[in-house]
Amino acid sequence: MNGGLHISLAADRLGTFLGLPITNTLLSAWAVMAVLIITAIVVGRNPRLIPGRVQNFFEMLFDFVLDYMEQTLGTRELAMRFFPLILTIFLFIFTSNLFDFLPFFGSVGIIQNGTLVPLFRPVNTDLNTTLALAIIAYIVIEITGVVLLGFLKYGSKFVNFKGGVLGFIIGIIELVSNLARLISFSFRLFGNVFAGEVLIAVALSFLPYILPVPIMLFETFVGLVQAAIFALLTLVFIKIAITEPHEVDAPHTPQTSH
Amino acid sequence: MDVESAKVIAFALAVGLGVIGPGIGIGILVSKALEAIGRNPEAASTITATMFIGIAFTEALAIFALVVGFIIKFT
Repeated sequence: MNGGLHISLAADRLGTFLGLPITNTLLSAWAVMAVLIITAIVVGRNPRLIPGRVQNFFEMLFDFVLDYMEQTLGTRELAMRFFPLILTIFLFIFTSNLFDFLPFFGSVGIIQNGTLVPLFRPVNTDLNTTLALAIIAYIVIEITGVVLLGFLKYGSKFVNFKGGVLGFIIGIIELVSNLARLISFSFRLFGNVFAGEVLIAVALSFLPYILPVPIMLFETFVGLVQAAIFALLTLVFIKIAITEPHEVDAPHTPQTSH
Repeated sequence: MDVESAKVIAFALAVGLGVIGPGIGIGILVSKALEAIGRNPEAASTITATMFIGIAFTEALAIFALVVGFIIKFT
């Protein structure tokens, strides 16, 4: 490791509580949750017919996302059903990535074994968080497919005896690619945020106060894009899960008129 | 060659070779998207949104290489 650079792949454990480890990413996650919940309660408390600026901002955001979901999913009712999940995923990931740039993240800490362990660490630099989000998205996608299509029809997308040998192989490939989404969701988010962290840490050790600034600007953009992509991909995969499987039928011979 | 130097070289090799493919892929993707926007400027927002989804997929592969490099170097 670069002399003194504190880079660790796993989150640092700050203590235990009733046998469960409390890591610094857990503290940050609690801070993000507190901010989001308090904002939701305060903004949603007395909605006025002619909205103030904050309420207007959230209304615009909700409108945009709901319209996009309605375009993708087809019906308003389906869009309303998945709207809380998709928007919560987006807001949670985006807020967690934004919190990375608060002044005390990564610098204020406690001394453990002679090195400084930061008290707060960006939430998405912990593979546990991103894996948890990926598992939530995966379970929602699969259960949606089963509930809306029926177990047999949804299963026939993966175990496909009707299309011959080729259909069967394609079914297996579908199954594997579905499972690979778990890995790709979690590692995409984790890799982007963690690599940004390491980049900023290295830039800090080269030329402090100046070099990290454009990198932090870029990382803000990356945080927004990754949050949007996570929510967007969950939406797209839900749409794919509820579409009917292709019907393989023999090509009709054209009617010749004699 | 001791383990530490081997780890550093392995990190560099893993990341360096791993981002060649996705780099080319994203280049092709964006160029096709720009071509499509040029042909049909009205559909620009749909094309841009779909392009970002495609970029997310290909970039994920580069991120896999990066994460493997980190695991090699730091554990």
